[in-house]
Amino acid sequence: MHPAPSVIVFSTLSGLGFGLLFWLGIDANPPTGLAAFIFFAIAFALAVGGLLSSTFHLGHPERAWRALSQWRSSWLSREGVSAILALLCMGIYAIDLIFLQIHATALGLIGAALSLFTVFTTSMIYAQLDTVPRWKTPLTPALYLSFSLAGGALLSGRVNFAILLLVIAAICQFIWWQRGDVALSDSGTDLGTATGLGERGTVRSMAHPHTAPNYLVKEFIFVIGRKHAQKLRRIAFGLTFVLPIICLLLPFSHVLAIIAVFSHIAGVATSRWLFFAEAEHVVGLYYGAR
Amino acid sequence: MTDLPTKTDRTLGLVIDLDTCVGCHACVISCKGWNTENYGAPLSDQRPYGTEPMGTFLNRVHSYEVQPEQGNAQTVHFPKSCLHCENAPCVTVCPTGASYKRVEDGIVLVNEDHCIGCGLCAWACPYGARELDQAEGVMKKCTLCVDRIYNENLPKEDQIPSCVRTCPAGARHFGDLSDPNSDVSQLVESRGGFDLMPEMGTLPVNKYLPPRLKDSWDDQSLLAPLLEPVAEEPKGFLGWLDNALDKLPGGTA
Repeated sequence: MHPAPSVIVFSTLSGLGFGLLFWLGIDANPPTGLAAFIFFAIAFALAVGGLLSSTFHLGHPERAWRALSQWRSSWLSREGVSAILALLCMGIYAIDLIFLQIHATALGLIGAALSLFTVFTTSMIYAQLDTVPRWKTPLTPALYLSFSLAGGALLSGRVNFAILLLVIAAICQFIWWQRGDVALSDSGTDLGTATGLGERGTVRSMAHPHTAPNYLVKEFIFVIGRKHAQKLRRIAFGLTFVLPIICLLLPFSHVLAIIAVFSHIAGVATSRWLFFAEAEHVVGLYYGAR
Repeated sequence: MTDLPTKTDRTLGLVIDLDTCVGCHACVISCKGWNTENYGAPLSDQRPYGTEPMGTFLNRVHSYEVQPEQGNAQTVHFPKSCLHCENAPCVTVCPTGASYKRVEDGIVLVNEDHCIGCGLCAWACPYGARELDQAEGVMKKCTLCVDRIYNENLPKEDQIPSCVRTCPAGARHFGDLSDPNSDVSQLVESRGGFDLMPEMGTLPVNKYLPPRLKDSWDDQSLLAPLLEPVAEEPKGFLGWLDNALDKLPGGTA
C-alpha cells in the first residue's frame, strides 16, 4: 500500500492526541488553570492536527462533512462521528478545568471512552479489509489502542503506566509483525484464485493491461519500502519503545522526558510508515506482484 | 445509504468467456470512449503523449500464461472490470453513502456528487475495479453502461454495455444472472462459469467461463479424411488432355 504522508501523520498524531485525552479524562485529580491549558492544547493540537491532515488526501475535502452520515455501516464514518463527539466532550471538560476550575468527572469519563473508541474506529478501517491480509486481524486494533494508550501515558507524565504500556505495545507490535509476514500466504489468495485458473496449472502474469503505472499500481503495489523493512523495523522498535523506556527508568529530568516523547513520536511514525509500505493488497496479485 | 440490499429484483452482470477472448482490448477502448462522453465525470488521462502516460479506465485486459504440470502452456487473455458483487465490500465501507447497490438491478454505482475521493472503496475491492480519477478526485467504476441499457433512444441492439457491443470475438455476454433461463445463466451452467477470488466472500455477479483445453497435435482431426491428396494421375477427359498436351512439342513444365 502506498504510504501517503497525510495518513501517516494523521494516525501518528491523532493516536497520541486521543491517547492523551483519554488519560486527562479519567484523571481523578486533573490539572487546572494554566497547567490544564498546556496539556489540553497539546492534546487538541495533536488530535485535531491529525484529523485535518487526513483530509489532505481526499479528492474533495469540501464534502468531508458527508462522511458523518453512514455511521451505521462504515468504520470511516464512525471514526469521524466519534472524533467529533470526543473532541466536543473533552472541549467542554477542558474549558471547565481551565477557566472554571470545575472537574466534570462524568463528562471526562465519557470523553475518555469516546477518545479511545475513536482510535479503535481508526484501527477498524484497516482491520476490516479482507483485501489486505496483513491488516485483517484483531491484532490491528490491539496495536493501535496499545500505541495510543502508551503514548498518552508518556505525554501525560504517567511514568509507571507509560513503562508498562510501552512494554505491552512492544509485544503487540512484535506479534503483529510476525503474523503479518505470513498473512498473505496464509490467506490462501494467490494469482490462481484471483484468475480462477489455479487448478489448471501455474499462473504467471505475462503482460500488464497498461505499459505505465496507473492508479491501482501506485496505490496498492508499493515495493520500494520493503528493501529496508527489517532495518526500519529495528529503528522503529528502538525509537518507539526501547529509548523511551530507558529514559523513563533513569532519574527524572525534563530533558530525558522530552527525548522520550520525541523518540516515541518518531518511532510511531516509522512504524506507521511500515504499516502501509509493507502491506500487500491482493490487487497486486493480478499484476504478478505482491 | 451504504447498507447492501438483501435482495435485488434483477441481477444484471457480465459473463466473460476466457476461451474466446483474443486480448484485442477493443472493450477497453469502447468503454473508455462511451464513459468519457456520458455518465458522470469524464475518464481523464494524465500525460497521454508524454512519459509514463496514465489514465482512468473502467475495464482492463490482463494476459496470463497457465503452465500445466505436463504439456504446453496456455495463454489466457483476461478482461477485468467491476463484478457488481452481491456482497460488495466497496459499498459498506463508503463513509458518505456515495457508493450504492441498486435494488432494481443490482448495479453498483457511485453518486459522484457525494463522493469525497477518500479511496477506501478502492482499498476494499479485491479486483482493482475502482480507480480514483486524478483530475476529478472522484471514484470511477463500471456502471454496466446504465445509460445505454435503459436508453430507448438507442437502437435495440445497442442497449447493452459498450464492451459487450464492441467485442469482435463475442467473448462478452450481458444479462440477468438471477434468471436461470437467461442466456447468460445458461452459459454459466453449461460451461462451468466461476467466480474470481471466491474466498473473499464478495459473491461476484460477473462470471468467467474457463478456457477450453488446447487441442493436441496427436489428435486425429475429424476433417483429416476429407483432406486426402487428390489423385496424382488425372483420369478421364483431363487424363486424355494431359497426355495430348504432353505429346505436343515445346517441352514440359
